[in-house]
Amino acid sequence: MLALTLETPTWAHRLPAGAKMAAMALVMVAVLPASNVPVIAALVGVTAALYASLGAVAVRRGLRLLRPLALVVAVILAWHWWMDAVQQGALICLRILGLVALANLVTMTTRLDDMMAVIEWLLGPLRRVGVNPAALSLALALTIRCIPVLLGKAGALAEAWRARSPRRPGVRVAVPLALAALDDAERISEALRARGGIPRAQQPDRRRKRGTEWNDR
Amino acid sequence: MERSLTLVALFAALIAVLGLFPSFMLFGGVPISAQSLGVMLCGTVLGARRGTLAVGLFLLLVALGLPLLAGGRGGLGVFVGPTAGFLVGFPVAAFVAGWITEHWRGVDLGIAAGAGALIGGVGVLYVFGVAGMMLAAGLSAGQALATLGAFIPGDIIKAVAAGLVTRALFRARPSAVLTR
Repeated sequence: MLALTLETPTWAHRLPAGAKMAAMALVMVAVLPASNVPVIAALVGVTAALYASLGAVAVRRGLRLLRPLALVVAVILAWHWWMDAVQQGALICLRILGLVALANLVTMTTRLDDMMAVIEWLLGPLRRVGVNPAALSLALALTIRCIPVLLGKAGALAEAWRARSPRRPGVRVAVPLALAALDDAERISEALRARGGIPRAQQPDRRRKRGTEWNDR
Repeated sequence: MERSLTLVALFAALIAVLGLFPSFMLFGGVPISAQSLGVMLCGTVLGARRGTLAVGLFLLLVALGLPLLAGGRGGLGVFVGPTAGFLVGFPVAAFVAGWITEHWRGVDLGIAAGAGALIGGVGVLYVFGVAGMMLAAGLSAGQALATLGAFIPGDIIKAVAAGLVTRALFRARPSAVLTR
């Protein structure tokens, strides 16, 4: 499955994932309450400069990720024009585009595993209230594995529909698709139980984790 | 425990597939993604708790950078955009849909699930969607609702579909529908 991460490594890939996400959160907290011209200009300018420093592929990918926003940004601008506040509307639209582009930049330059490590670290405190990180990792891996499988089944169901009906496949395809999901879940849980079940939560070993996963990259 | 985990994982995958699958044609040739149907089904089939977990798992994968939202969107950017309110509302929608389906026992499952999907998956979800739009875009509640209003008829149809699908699943696999 296609992930959103840029394959060609850049300097931003080498920054620690946690630092990038923290910086992103700080920018959001700083920009949201203060939407004046200098702040928004700085946001857009810095974001554009960061993209430019990563090369043409990153710029093209970044613009493609912003394209779905075009319509909603146009509508927001139209509302503000109607309220006679075009300048404020333009600032709000630039703020949306700047923040989304910046967040996309973090996604584009961070590998899935590194992002996982940050999420696991963030969810660490939940261990005390009974969340089993091993179960979470298993569920994530299972979902990633099953999406292409279910997608294939959806395609087969749609083809079977087209072979029998001149109309497009409707919502009715959702029934056998959900049924396939239920049956797969049943079979996989049987298989899991036969192999000893979900791994038990391990004692957190911070030393090992820091040593191998944070400092080496 | 194992069964809960695999059901949660498979329904998270189902939300993704319903969003990525070339959009369902509802009526008049208007293509509408069935992603929110997946969110509703998580609640009405798995119940409030597991349904919320399934939606949370799906959102986690989106945040990790997988392009699983309708139209192939994903990454951290979608959580700061003007439609982020809907993403925040997804787990709540599944919880409310599941809670209603679990607790309204006197009627046919299709009706309870349809009502749950309507209240949770449309009513509650749009409260979050409108609030997110107001926050990100500086619009009033009325303006935000008018902007998003075009999608409400489709979502109402999806809520009815969620009720029908839930009932059909219960007929086929009574033990797998956890809300009954």
